[in-house]
Amino acid sequence: MRPETEDDLSQLIRSASAPLSPIGGGTRLNPGEGQGERLNVSGLRGVVLYEPAALTLVVRAGTPLAEVQAALAAEGQMLAFEPDARPRSTIGGVVAANASGPRRVQAGACRDALLGVRYVNGQGEIVKNGGRVMKNVTGYDLVKLMAGSRGRLGVLTEVALKTAPIPPCVATLALPGLDAAGSVAALTTALTGPYDVSGAAWLPGQGALIRIEGLEGSVAIRRRALTEKLAGFGEVAEGDGASWSRMVPTAPEGDLWRIICRPSEAPALLTTLPQPLAVDWGGSLIWVALPAGEVPALPKWSGHATRVSGAAALTLPLPDPVVARLNASLSERFDPRRIFAS
Amino acid sequence: MPQVYPVNVTIALEEANGGNPEQEQGAHLMQMPQPDPRVIARREAIAARLRQVVPGAVIDDPAETRAYECDALSAYRCPPLAVVLPATTEEVAAVLRICHDMGVPVVPRGAGTSLAGGSMPTADAVVVGLSRMSAVLETSLEDRFIRVQAGRTNLSVSGAVDASGFFYAPDPSSQLACAIGGNIGMNSGGAHCLKYGVTTNNLLGVTVVLMDGSVIELGGPMGEAPGLDLLGVVCGSEGQLGIVTEATLRILPKPAGARPVLVAFDASETAGACVAAIIRAGVLPVAIEFMDRPCIRATEEFAHAGYPDCEALLIIEVEGTPPEIDEQLRLIGDIAARFSPIEFRESKSEDESRRIWLGRKSAFGAMGQINDYMCLDGTIPVSALPEVLAGIARLSAKFGLDVANVFHAGDGNMHPLILYNANQPGDLERCEALGAEILKLCVQVGGCLTGEHGVGVEKRELMTTQFTDIDLEAQMRVKDVFDPHWLLNAAKVFPLAVSAPRREGIRNAA
Repeated sequence: MRPETEDDLSQLIRSASAPLSPIGGGTRLNPGEGQGERLNVSGLRGVVLYEPAALTLVVRAGTPLAEVQAALAAEGQMLAFEPDARPRSTIGGVVAANASGPRRVQAGACRDALLGVRYVNGQGEIVKNGGRVMKNVTGYDLVKLMAGSRGRLGVLTEVALKTAPIPPCVATLALPGLDAAGSVAALTTALTGPYDVSGAAWLPGQGALIRIEGLEGSVAIRRRALTEKLAGFGEVAEGDGASWSRMVPTAPEGDLWRIICRPSEAPALLTTLPQPLAVDWGGSLIWVALPAGEVPALPKWSGHATRVSGAAALTLPLPDPVVARLNASLSERFDPRRIFAS
Repeated sequence: MPQVYPVNVTIALEEANGGNPEQEQGAHLMQMPQPDPRVIARREAIAARLRQVVPGAVIDDPAETRAYECDALSAYRCPPLAVVLPATTEEVAAVLRICHDMGVPVVPRGAGTSLAGGSMPTADAVVVGLSRMSAVLETSLEDRFIRVQAGRTNLSVSGAVDASGFFYAPDPSSQLACAIGGNIGMNSGGAHCLKYGVTTNNLLGVTVVLMDGSVIELGGPMGEAPGLDLLGVVCGSEGQLGIVTEATLRILPKPAGARPVLVAFDASETAGACVAAIIRAGVLPVAIEFMDRPCIRATEEFAHAGYPDCEALLIIEVEGTPPEIDEQLRLIGDIAARFSPIEFRESKSEDESRRIWLGRKSAFGAMGQINDYMCLDGTIPVSALPEVLAGIARLSAKFGLDVANVFHAGDGNMHPLILYNANQPGDLERCEALGAEILKLCVQVGGCLTGEHGVGVEKRELMTTQFTDIDLEAQMRVKDVFDPHWLLNAAKVFPLAVSAPRREGIRNAA
């Protein structure tokens, strides 16, 4: 099924009698998702409105991310968040997965750059929320609710996003000697000083990585200041700028786990885990591969862990029953026929 | 940072009515649902049950509940049935459980600074005030967050981490008084959100008490939790989904320094075009503020900031170490030069910086000295600025009321101030009609009714200009899930006629 317009999509959902699974470019399918009949949204494509001077873009959800990025780059701009995506991702898929990369520590997640949405709910109703302006508190913020809702509440047809100027200068600093657990203190040092860090991560073989961006003079000043500040952690070397697009591991052997924690908790968690595939967001995000079916034995911590590929879906700790009920009731109210339940 | 409060539009109104405004005074302007006589009849029983769970923190003497009859939208007022001032999340939960069981409406209240009537009570409602809940619960510099009780004031959150070199970014004008709980309810902004975002972008987690008394935690260390982004929808829900009692807030390392420039123009349109060019060029200041001639003139008379005599001026602030600031201001200066400014005044000292900000920060107070005024809050796409300024001028002439413009230009959040005379019969009505027309214009050009103040009761009836029935229905379904009996702040946000079936259906079923 591949509707070409929002109205077609609405009709299609109204007449659906069996579960549908909206799919863009397969940005992030978790185990057990996408079991319904494939609903291909790539027909809903194209830029609706782009105002570089207002830093806003309105685009149909099925537009390939690469196409969006090319249109913005032609005007010296980029998305205000850093998408963490697959090569074939659509912008709608990125939004539905709230797929946010390293710049989250500075500029926020996809949901923070999302200004407005149009979507078709489980009854085929076309709903809009938010808008295309930077500040908007008119009514409930269903925009945030739709970001990361993974197609469970409706099918996104159009998204409005904040854009940002591409920084003229970028520098990546590396501390190659640090292991994952040892890198967190260095990343924290960088993030808690006035350096406007736009990436703080760790990769195997590369060590701790810190990114700063901006005007040329400013980047030079901050690079010097950071190099001095981090001297106690080892020799600061030039890092590989291409690393920032490699922070999300592709499905490894076994199961891929995504763990969210406080940076201060990361070293203790990391000592109980095999070497991670990546650590991002200053230590708040750990990607690790575990043998198929194995559940990590983590000490009590304040975040959560999700199995994102491999064996059946699992999130730890188990959700609070009231929160779980709110989630289920919202799905039921947006999609009473459970068209998007699988 | 010192801030100025918007002067109450209704002080003069109140005096005109002999200093004793009746609730009905605003009734022809702002309708509120009829209070439930069955609830009012049980006032004493309700207060007695509340006293069992929060002894010493229940106010039901009509002489004292008057203090809670309005917020900063003080044209509209109504003393509540009772007021409870709990000290802990557990007490809030106990209070809500009782109100839920007895079918009593509840109105949450932070510091009562809402400009939209967000915490205005009804006569059958229990106000749950957060003023006793102001503690800092935890500070973690290495994890860059602070956890506070929701009654803590915005400015004192920054105050708690200031000595450590950190700050909390959202800075609404009322930050000296407003509570974090209210900021979360309204998703408050401020002057510096061009760079740092609004409340929702700086909120990592909340403890929320639902209307049935259950307590939940939303969000997490990075602001995300498994499942739907409930934190995102609770923020900005105007106290209609639950009462936020504790909040985990992102704190940021303070920049090395900040410096403003003042750029003066001989036409508002030129100033608007200059803003667009600066943003387009890839410089992102932390703030770009705009003032037009009526506003400049009034603030000069009031605050003597030494502003130039011009049609429009911009205050642009950048941050960093001194050489970083110089680098950005050089670029901004080059861009501004293309628009032939009358003056480009760069601050050379702390004192000059203070003077540049002085007029802007005094603007609301200054306007209040010369007139009664109503402050609007629409947001527009920055590109529509010239069109909207021209439209406001046209409407201003049509309604015969002056409008002064002062706003956050970088993000398109307009604060037109409509000047009127509250002692003049019919002026307030004319002012509200003009305000509605200006907000409709904001929506027409692709903007919205409110950028940072919220809908409350003030803009409730205008919601249908921005949203279809289906759009509003989608939002109300969220409330159905969190508060199935529509007891929590239910007369706000949605046009009364639109929410009536839900509010009344539940009443009649009770």
